[in-house]
Amino acid sequence: MSIQVKDASIFYGDFKAVEDVSMSIKPKSVTAFIGPSGCGKSTFLRTLNRMHEVIPGAYVEGKIQIAGQDIYGPNVDPVAVRRKVGMVFQRPNPFPTMSIYDNVLAGNKLNSKRIKKSEADSIVEKALRGANLWNEVKDRLGKPGMGLSGGQQQRLCIARAIAVQPEVLLMDEPCSALDPISTAAIEDLIHELKSDYTIVIVTHNMQQAARVSDDTGFFNLKAAGQPGHLVEFNPTKQMFTKPDNPDTEAYISGRFG
Amino acid sequence: MSNIDLSNEETTLSHATLPRGAQWLVGVAAIALGGLALVLGMGIVGAVVIGVLAFLIGYPLWALLVENRRSATDKLITGLVWTAFGIAVIPLIWLVYMVVARGASVISPEFLTYSMRSVTGDEQGGLYHALMGTLIVTGIAALISIPIGIMTAIYLIEYGKGNRLAKAITFLVDVMTGIPSIVAGLFAFALFTLLVGPGTRFGFGGGVALSLLMIPTVVRSTEEMLKLVPDDLREAAYALGVPKWRTITRMVLPTAIGGIVTGVVLAISRVIGETAPLLVASGFNPNMNSNAFDDSPMMTVPVFIFTQLSEATAKGVSYAWGGALVLFVLVMVLNLIARIVGTIFAPKTGR
Repeated sequence: MSIQVKDASIFYGDFKAVEDVSMSIKPKSVTAFIGPSGCGKSTFLRTLNRMHEVIPGAYVEGKIQIAGQDIYGPNVDPVAVRRKVGMVFQRPNPFPTMSIYDNVLAGNKLNSKRIKKSEADSIVEKALRGANLWNEVKDRLGKPGMGLSGGQQQRLCIARAIAVQPEVLLMDEPCSALDPISTAAIEDLIHELKSDYTIVIVTHNMQQAARVSDDTGFFNLKAAGQPGHLVEFNPTKQMFTKPDNPDTEAYISGRFG
Repeated sequence: MSNIDLSNEETTLSHATLPRGAQWLVGVAAIALGGLALVLGMGIVGAVVIGVLAFLIGYPLWALLVENRRSATDKLITGLVWTAFGIAVIPLIWLVYMVVARGASVISPEFLTYSMRSVTGDEQGGLYHALMGTLIVTGIAALISIPIGIMTAIYLIEYGKGNRLAKAITFLVDVMTGIPSIVAGLFAFALFTLLVGPGTRFGFGGGVALSLLMIPTVVRSTEEMLKLVPDDLREAAYALGVPKWRTITRMVLPTAIGGIVTGVVLAISRVIGETAPLLVASGFNPNMNSNAFDDSPMMTVPVFIFTQLSEATAKGVSYAWGGALVLFVLVMVLNLIARIVGTIFAPKTGR
């Protein structure tokens, strides 16, 4: 599913966090958001599945369309949006009361969906294989999800997110709490997932953005206290070789400030 | 290049130390001093005080002479902390010892299965009616308080985050924690005087009075437990397309259930020994009464203890100790249940 954003501004109460973002995200591609801390890239990511609404007083102006449907339309249920647009968070957060198996099925279990045991087994296996975790955990599916290593937990969270069969997968710095080997595993996974999902990833690691993404958006602040805005949105190759905006070049080459 | 003297005082890492087992030596000396005081007729309390003081002064002083200031201060403070610990624990152990020693001889199958119906003089009576009454009244209090308390806590944490209503409720809950228990009893008594008729004392009234005391404790402990569930997990559930109410009922509550159950059981054991509100709202009754809604008083164990003690006969006093032991065991069993349940439901982190 493609995502069209037009003049989106994001507010927390009176505070304008992000201003006038417009972009077009291609289906079945990886789009990376880069930029300094506090520039609103995570905030913007969370508006793509209405997760920012969890914070009281947060709202969005402008238009965000997923597959042609305005996700902020008057009759749109945020729960329905989130079922189509899954999310993986910065820190791995498996449910502590659940086993690995139940964690993968959490989307179904928490919604009290009744499914046959055989069907559940196949969902779990497919999701864990999709997240490159199956071989590591297939013999201990009944063990608690919290017992896995950090990198495995994060892949479990990805498995949990793809088990509900979303169309879009949002990732908010999914590797920032992981070591290089786990990071490499997740990056490989992102490459594979691209064939089925539209992926949007926020990262602080520019090499990572260059490695995994097709398009890149650079967010920045005009000054401290000002809202963040989208400086440039272009194919990754172009961003990292000859960006349109001198600010982007300064940031990417490390001469920022 | 000047030659630096490495052997000066500042850089020495070792110093003279007290011999091993020095604390035992000082301890024996202090006990001997206490014994001497006892022989000289100072009484047991005076002897203990002198012994403890001798240790508290002697041991640091020796350390000061042989070792250094820091070591002496360390030993002094360690000694003071242990003394404070002892002062706190001794009354507790003494209490348990007294209750068991005086109550155990009264406990018998008859004591546990007889009521006080037309028991006069030295005839065998019992607290069966009071025990049943306590279980019924506390049960009613729990049935009222647990749903109200847990739902209030859910509102405060999950829905009312920081809004005005939530702040007002939190304030009122704090105030309710502090109301004297007899006021709760008077409230229930007045309420049922208005609703049923003057002078109504019955089991349900006692339950209502106790629930007033129990609700704030349940709200507080549940609130703390819900706060411990990380927001990350709530967001993870929302991101899977789970509605808020299902996130609360299927994820947040199961994650916090161990702590919530522990808090609830501790709240029960806290109100099970309340006397004043039951005296007012539930009343005295020497007979077995198993109907909490019948317009007649229902006896409870704390009130049984109170009545027996006010009879001021040898039998009454011993029955009071018996009642105290029964109550004590009841509370202990509840605490044990709380611990066991807490460990059973604790989130599993093992590999």
